[in-house]
Amino acid sequence: MAVTEAPSAAQTDFEQSVRPHLDYLYGLAVRLCGNPTAAEDLVQDALVRAFRAFGGLRNRQHPRLWLTRVLTSAFYDRVRAGPDGPPARSLDEEFDLFDTIVQEDPFPYSDRVHLDFLDLFDDARVIEVFQGLIPRHRVALILAYVYRFTAAEIAEIAGRPVGTVLAWLHRGRKQMERGLWEYAVSHRLLTGGTNRP
Amino acid sequence: MISCKDAVARLWMYLDRHLGRVQEQELEEHLGVCRHCCGELEFARQIRALLSRSSSSAALPPHTRTRLEELLKGLGEKP
Repeated sequence: MAVTEAPSAAQTDFEQSVRPHLDYLYGLAVRLCGNPTAAEDLVQDALVRAFRAFGGLRNRQHPRLWLTRVLTSAFYDRVRAGPDGPPARSLDEEFDLFDTIVQEDPFPYSDRVHLDFLDLFDDARVIEVFQGLIPRHRVALILAYVYRFTAAEIAEIAGRPVGTVLAWLHRGRKQMERGLWEYAVSHRLLTGGTNRP
Repeated sequence: MISCKDAVARLWMYLDRHLGRVQEQELEEHLGVCRHCCGELEFARQIRALLSRSSSSAALPPHTRTRLEELLKGLGEKP
């Protein structure tokens, strides 16, 4: 009898629960890891972990939520960090991108300098800037503003209070603003209208 | 009236609708008279739009999809 070859009900349930989320998981992984190879590796790791945990899972109603928990937990293991890593640079708090652009005036002939600045960033560059954020801020910012998770959902995913998540989002935004500016400066994107990519 | 620094610190929370009623009213009162912070608010909206933009770099390539689907099928076969 070929009993052992037939997929179990749990395996079929698992496959059906996860398959619709492959695009999402990969997109999240690319944004977290910054490159396709590491992203695929992370998704594979997450799928194996998710399968092992699936049998004991009580609430299977929100696969996207628990898959996100599994993937972000695998990500933290990979970067050897956790939601409780070291504090961010205190300098980030003082930086204001809007004012920096006004003061530095990188596009002297433009009447929309802030939009011109953001136009420098295509999707690949945004993903690169994400890599400069400390892991817990990166996770929170990407979940909130790319994938529209609420702070309460992110708190559930991370197993931390909502207030903590709000603080991560605040710090993450400041880091992101600084990251965008530093990226533009270090890649010499601010040399005036003629040299812009 | 709250300061520009306080107002700017609340903008993303405001856009996320995470502010309490009093904090929101204080911010709106400030925005009503401060052009600088209205600019900051508009810029905050634009950065959020930049972050949420869909990304072709993050699209699942067909060969990766095939490998992940094979992994999914194979998971149940392992004891």
